[in-house]
Amino acid sequence: MHPAPSVIVFTALSGLGFGLLAWLGIGRPDVAGAAAFGLYFLGYALAVGGLTASAFHLANPRNAPKAFSQWRTSWLSREAVLAVAALLAVAPYAFGRIFLGGAPGWLGFVGAVLSLATVFTTSMIYTQLKTIPRWHHPLTPVLFLGYAIGGGALIAGQATPAAFLLAATGVAQIAAWVIGDGLFARAGHTRETATGLGRIGKVRQLESPHSGSNYLLKEMAYSVGRKHAEKLRVIGTALAFLLPLLILLGTPFGPLWAGLSVACHLVGVFVVRWLFFAEAKHVVSLYYAG
Amino acid sequence: MTSLPEKTGKKLGLVIDLDTCVGCHACVVNCKEWNTSNYGAPLSDMDAYGSNPVGTFLNRVHSYEVTPDTGLAQTVHFPKSCLHCEDAPCVTVCPTGASYKRVEDGIVLVNEDDCMGCGLCAWACPYGARELDQLAGVMKKCTLCVDRIYNDNIPEEDRVPACVRTCPAGARHFGDFADPDSPVSRLTAERGGMELMPEQGTKPVNRYLPPRQKDASLSEIKALGGDIEEPKGLLAWLDKALEAI
Repeated sequence: MHPAPSVIVFTALSGLGFGLLAWLGIGRPDVAGAAAFGLYFLGYALAVGGLTASAFHLANPRNAPKAFSQWRTSWLSREAVLAVAALLAVAPYAFGRIFLGGAPGWLGFVGAVLSLATVFTTSMIYTQLKTIPRWHHPLTPVLFLGYAIGGGALIAGQATPAAFLLAATGVAQIAAWVIGDGLFARAGHTRETATGLGRIGKVRQLESPHSGSNYLLKEMAYSVGRKHAEKLRVIGTALAFLLPLLILLGTPFGPLWAGLSVACHLVGVFVVRWLFFAEAKHVVSLYYAG
Repeated sequence: MTSLPEKTGKKLGLVIDLDTCVGCHACVVNCKEWNTSNYGAPLSDMDAYGSNPVGTFLNRVHSYEVTPDTGLAQTVHFPKSCLHCEDAPCVTVCPTGASYKRVEDGIVLVNEDDCMGCGLCAWACPYGARELDQLAGVMKKCTLCVDRIYNDNIPEEDRVPACVRTCPAGARHFGDFADPDSPVSRLTAERGGMELMPEQGTKPVNRYLPPRQKDASLSEIKALGGDIEEPKGLLAWLDKALEAI
């Protein structure tokens, strides 16, 4: 799949933002006043910034408000509804923490649940697609939630949970790569089933249906990522998991080191998320050469 | 709501005869011609007269070579457009309600006034039946020429999809698959009409008729440049003389 920058920024930033808001919602860290303002500002900036980036992916954004209407069937619509619900639910709790010195715990908990539910719906937009076997797997929502909660813990300064969560997410990510490599073949889609001509023999493309490119090829037949996949997996793992873990375990965890570990993790998430799209193979590619 | 109807009155769709299709692309051209000037936004072309033209089409003709275990390979021209699936994944993923499947005849359509151009429906379609128009920013797809088939203002013989009307080989047939006695249902039954990628579970309405079995004698034809018969008489003498030079 074409790794559109707007969608990579959207999923990476909003995931981290909602992860951070979830930690703040359960009172970890237990902050008030200016410190709470700083963290909530960061949480909102990441979540809203990510959601805004997603709008750049739309070819006709003036109809975007209609995306709140189809929550009964569409995961994308559910995500839109839950994102707004989470941001609204977190606001009064944040207000209490910043200006009143505290807020009822249940309110924070509701915000935390809605924040993580939003991340889950984001992951389901991709997981639901049977046309992309690599995404159509339970590890996809596990990973989206892992990145959100683990990265959120890192930003929230929760060193011990962050170390455990990043290690677990890293293992899940490697598992997803190993398992994901075989999912297309296991789904059983071939050029023979795509054309129905398998009953006669082996099928290969003789001639392209069009001399130029088209929307399908630009959007779904992206293969540059697969060329460097192995190297990028190592780079992504090192930046998103290994370096932040080393910092967490091997340094006196202060603001400077925390900032460095967050920066490392964020760049790593961008690399891994780029691979998430670039490595994903859509079944429509069977109708074309390859 | 972008939920799918449990049952549609008719099941309108196409039968495409892969045995008959000659790969002339007339259906592609007539589809583009009709649909760029009628229902919805035009099918735009970008850089149409430049070095890298790209455009929106609702129907494309692929060409494949099929090689059996024994015998000769054969060419199959393969037109592909929306299959108007009964369990259309493109409809349920739509967040705005722009994509829908009609209860009365099963046609899958896009209401362009509601489409925000997110492209998720095109990702959900296994067949590449949807293309986002780069100029209008809305999703385009085959409408089964919904503005022809019910159109009382055009002659009766024209009330079929443009691709069917124009096909010079008679490789495309339009009709109601819900009626077991309709010509398309009978053709499907007689010729073993097949679904594309049935393992995706989309239950496509359109059916493809597989190429007929080739004559056995054809596969016995020896390839040119293979065995050469041994010459006799004068030719044998010439052959030897030339060898000796």
